Amino acid sequence: MLDILIERFNYIPIIILMMTGLYVIIATGNLVKRLVGLSLFQTSVFLLYITIGKVFGGQPPILVDSGHGEDAGHGAETAAHGAETAAGYGADAAHYAADTAHYAAEAVYSNPLPHVLILTAIVVGVATLAVGLALVVRIRESYGTIEDDALNAADYSLETGSSE
Amino acid sequence: MMDNDLTQYLDYALIAMLLAVGFAIVRLRNLFAVVMLTGVYSLLSAAWFVSLDAVDVAFTEAAVGAGISTVLMLGAMLLTARESEPAGQKRHWAALAVVAAAGAALFFAIPDMPVYGDPNSPANAYVGMDYMDRTPNEIGVPNVVTAVLASYRGYDTFGETVVIFTAALGVMLLLGFGTGRREDEEEDEA
Repeated sequence: MLDILIERFNYIPIIILMMTGLYVIIATGNLVKRLVGLSLFQTSVFLLYITIGKVFGGQPPILVDSGHGEDAGHGAETAAHGAETAAGYGADAAHYAADTAHYAAEAVYSNPLPHVLILTAIVVGVATLAVGLALVVRIRESYGTIEDDALNAADYSLETGSSE
Repeated sequence: MMDNDLTQYLDYALIAMLLAVGFAIVRLRNLFAVVMLTGVYSLLSAAWFVSLDAVDVAFTEAAVGAGISTVLMLGAMLLTARESEPAGQKRHWAALAVVAAAGAALFFAIPDMPVYGDPNSPANAYVGMDYMDRTPNEIGVPNVVTAVLASYRGYDTFGETVVIFTAALGVMLLLGFGTGRREDEEEDEA
């Protein structure tokens, strides 16, 4: 059981952070702070997705060889070939060629797909945040408060016609 | 694997700071401090994104999450209130109950999740790596994230710009720009 958790240690703090955001959303009556809680939760979800896409020993999904995959494969082969032939002449050159061949052939990348999804989500998130804050500003103009208890009381007295 | 070890400790430090900032946001009632800590939180998560190989996400998060969001929230805070009222006791316990239940459910789901860093997990093995293989031949852009974002999922990105446009329109209508009611700095998101 402990092994399972240790292998997946990344989820534990992320769940705690998510729950922190959820707590802020529910427990606070202040509308601005509630939106802060929402963005806490959101950022934690981003972290969840990105940690799933991480590959051990990986590097950012930017191809090491500029552009052409076939060339990269080719380059790796010729470099490996070069490593063999050059071994007799210079240890340095051989070493270098072997290194580059190794690098091009063995390059491990993290999964780019979660990155793309989260890039979109970040931008959409700030758009919704902007609309939410604009609503809060309008509520403040109309009611003079952004605490939801006071808003409920104001609505109640409006509906019943009683002035508290 | 000395490298791996070092970044691992960096990750732990960043996680600890994220947790500390999250709890501070819960405790604080001064909205200015809360908003600034949200910016710090975004920046810390951007740092963790770099360590998780998501460099594109990291700079978007740093620019949009830590930059523009913070500015928007500061503007809204200046137009509304500086302090938040303390939460009622009843509400505190209700929130705690919901959070405990949801958190327990999520913890229960952890064993079903892919192992951290596993290259063969279902999440990493199929379509993402397919993009890695195809991009050099089909798109020819070294940055695969850019290739997927702008080409394979171009319609998605187009939809995203529609969302931003709609949001900007909504903000302008809500705040009444051009009717001489009030001038704000809210509509300029990326």
